Amino acid sequence: MRIDAEGLHYRELNEQINRAVEEGETQFVLDHVLGHRYIGAGIGAGVSFDINGIPGNDLAAFMNGAEITVNCNAQDGVANTMNAGKIVVHGDAGDILGHSMRGGMILVRGLVGYRCGIHCKAYGERMPIMVVGTTAGDYLGEYMAGGMIVVLNRDDEQGSPVGRYCGTGMHGGSIFIRGAVEDHQLGAEVAVEPVNDVAWKTLQAVIAQYCGAFDLDPGRFAAEDFVRLYPWSSRPYGKLYAY
Amino acid sequence: MPEWLTQAEFVIERDPERCIQCKVCVRQCANEVHRFDAELGEVFSDSDKCVGCHRCVSLCPTNALSVRQVELDFRSNANWTPQAIRNIYKQAEQGGVLLTGMGNPEPLPVYWDRMLLNASQVTNPSIDPLREPMELLTYLGAKPTRLKYEGGDEPRLETELGPQLELQVPVMFSTMSYGSISYNASLALARAASEVGTYANTGEGGLHAGIRPFAKNMIVQVASGRFGVDADYLNAAAAVEIKIGQGAKPGIGGHLPGEKVTAEISATRMIPLGTDAISPAPHHDIYSIEDLRQLIYAIKETTRYRKPVGVKIAAVHHIAAIASGAVRAGADFVAIDGYRGGTGAAPTMIRNNVGIPIEFALAAVDARLREEGIRQDASLVVAGSFRCAADVVKAIALGADACYIGTGALVAMGCHLCQKCYTGRCNWGIATQDPYLTRRLNPNIAVRRLVNLLESWRHEIKEIMGGMGINAVESLRGNRDHLRGIGLTDRELNALGIQMAGE
Ligand code: SF4
Ligand code: SF4
Repeated sequence: MRIDAEGLHYRELNEQINRAVEEGETQFVLDHVLGHRYIGAGIGAGVSFDINGIPGNDLAAFMNGAEITVNCNAQDGVANTMNAGKIVVHGDAGDILGHSMRGGMILVRGLVGYRCGIHCKAYGERMPIMVVGTTAGDYLGEYMAGGMIVVLNRDDEQGSPVGRYCGTGMHGGSIFIRGAVEDHQLGAEVAVEPVNDVAWKTLQAVIAQYCGAFDLDPGRFAAEDFVRLYPWSSRPYGKLYAY
Repeated sequence: MPEWLTQAEFVIERDPERCIQCKVCVRQCANEVHRFDAELGEVFSDSDKCVGCHRCVSLCPTNALSVRQVELDFRSNANWTPQAIRNIYKQAEQGGVLLTGMGNPEPLPVYWDRMLLNASQVTNPSIDPLREPMELLTYLGAKPTRLKYEGGDEPRLETELGPQLELQVPVMFSTMSYGSISYNASLALARAASEVGTYANTGEGGLHAGIRPFAKNMIVQVASGRFGVDADYLNAAAAVEIKIGQGAKPGIGGHLPGEKVTAEISATRMIPLGTDAISPAPHHDIYSIEDLRQLIYAIKETTRYRKPVGVKIAAVHHIAAIASGAVRAGADFVAIDGYRGGTGAAPTMIRNNVGIPIEFALAAVDARLREEGIRQDASLVVAGSFRCAADVVKAIALGADACYIGTGALVAMGCHLCQKCYTGRCNWGIATQDPYLTRRLNPNIAVRRLVNLLESWRHEIKEIMGGMGINAVESLRGNRDHLRGIGLTDRELNALGIQMAGE
């Protein structure tokens, strides 16, 4: 189904989509999308969206298995509390990408803004994966409780591809960063190690998916260019209280 | 705590004449106060560990036990209270943040007790609820400013009404998560709510599979940790509540320690076993009223505008402006939690010192929303220690649509307010996950007690309303004419928007 979003309020657009999904439609092409919020909110597996234009905030909020391709940039709040599904952004994405995301995958060709992957968590089979093509802003992976964040630094940025307060309050999951990251950029709860063989296997598989999505050569990424951030403890505040 | 610094807070007295050495107390006390000495064939007690929960006292078959507060545990000093001294000893020993449970116990004024209700005499007849109809039905949700009808003889409502929660009694069970309380306690609250026709609230604990059958009487919470939150969870419930703050600990996050994250809790919250469940202090996708609106509408979109979406905030300074912002952000109801609100665990300093009384918060918010002409856009639910039906009636007269009760509901299930919920060793089987202790709370009995409580309050509310000559809760709402203050200053009377007794 093809929908021209021009002139539609987000509520009308989403209503059209929801009605069509209820009637069994599984493939959508949305044209002239311009800041329409909440596209894909709560939508389950088996439905896919091809978005032409710039979708608005909270794209794929609470999404439950659908697949979204954005052929441009995305705004803030992509995949807010997403449970499952896949999002490919052929451009940059704004702040708070993947907030409290529990499962699924987000691949961003370019950079992402501040506060991405905050409180991203994993549960059982569900394991959220977020790959950023170039750089990420401050507070990446704050309070991270599970899952995997990868910053590829494809443009070989001088300095660090991540900002400050990276992984503050982290108590689960891992963040892979290609390039430099200084101690002062990291939260106190974070430990850094080189990428070992086991981790590299996992990372390589994710990079392969990323390169597949954007038609890039995975051969240029090597384990020794990455560091892995992980939490010291799954109970960072276990000793905070007097009983 | 080193024994050379402090003595026990409670003293246990065992009447040797009555004690039959049956060992009930030994089995009942999870704090291991009572101990049976097999050689001597006698039960002994170590008062030091007693928290004063009265479980042993209540269950002793021969009434041999009594537990008393030690009267002169420190040399008396009105400034350096025993609690203040104890806290310092504890922190000097362990070096940590003081933790506590339940609501603020400090001797601060309870303004409900300084407001009195009206009754009809001569000029306006009172109504007898036993013989005349009395309407307590309450709807929570945005109301339209005007109604449009279509058609002549058989008019049809043309105005589209937003989703509403229907309450048979203007009292709901407040946020209590599975995790902070036991499964049996959560189940009892959900079942009682559905039996009475009101709502219970999941808190941040997720919706346990066993509680899903009662989901149409559940409000589900979306808090900063987003535990257990997915599209199914939002769509299963009657309404969704975004938790911004909580009266017992405004401004700070939550923290369920890893040792309490059992297999069942991990499945319900959808988090790994044994890790800390950390709720950040703010929602990191909400830094402004606009952001709040964005989350409200993300939830409305996900639930296809079929569920009311509320916002829960703690009563703090400038509460009226904050509540007004929440209403303008699109909240269908705003829940305000006063500084006496209970909790499973909170830092003592925060619980005892942060926030404002619900009475002032409610008066300010209701007045402000009326002034701004947006009172109908959202319902007001108030929380923070409603102890009886009269408190509820006073709150409604002050402007509330409904009240949340948390502590009151736990007391109905047997809680003795020992304030030790954070230890996870609740001897009454409520605030614990230890299977040996949780079995003590029989959900069938707990449901009956909760239903009894709400039924009796329902009757009392009707009786009080009847006495005022009011036959529908709608006419009581915001009717401050029916309240009078005693022992209040002019400022206080003004802030509450009520007159003084005698006027
Ligand atoms: S803690 Fe409770 S059960 Fe144990 S001795 Fe004290 S009052 Fe009795
Ligand atoms: S719930 Fe249990 S631990 Fe908490 S105050 Fe009541 S009796 Fe004590």
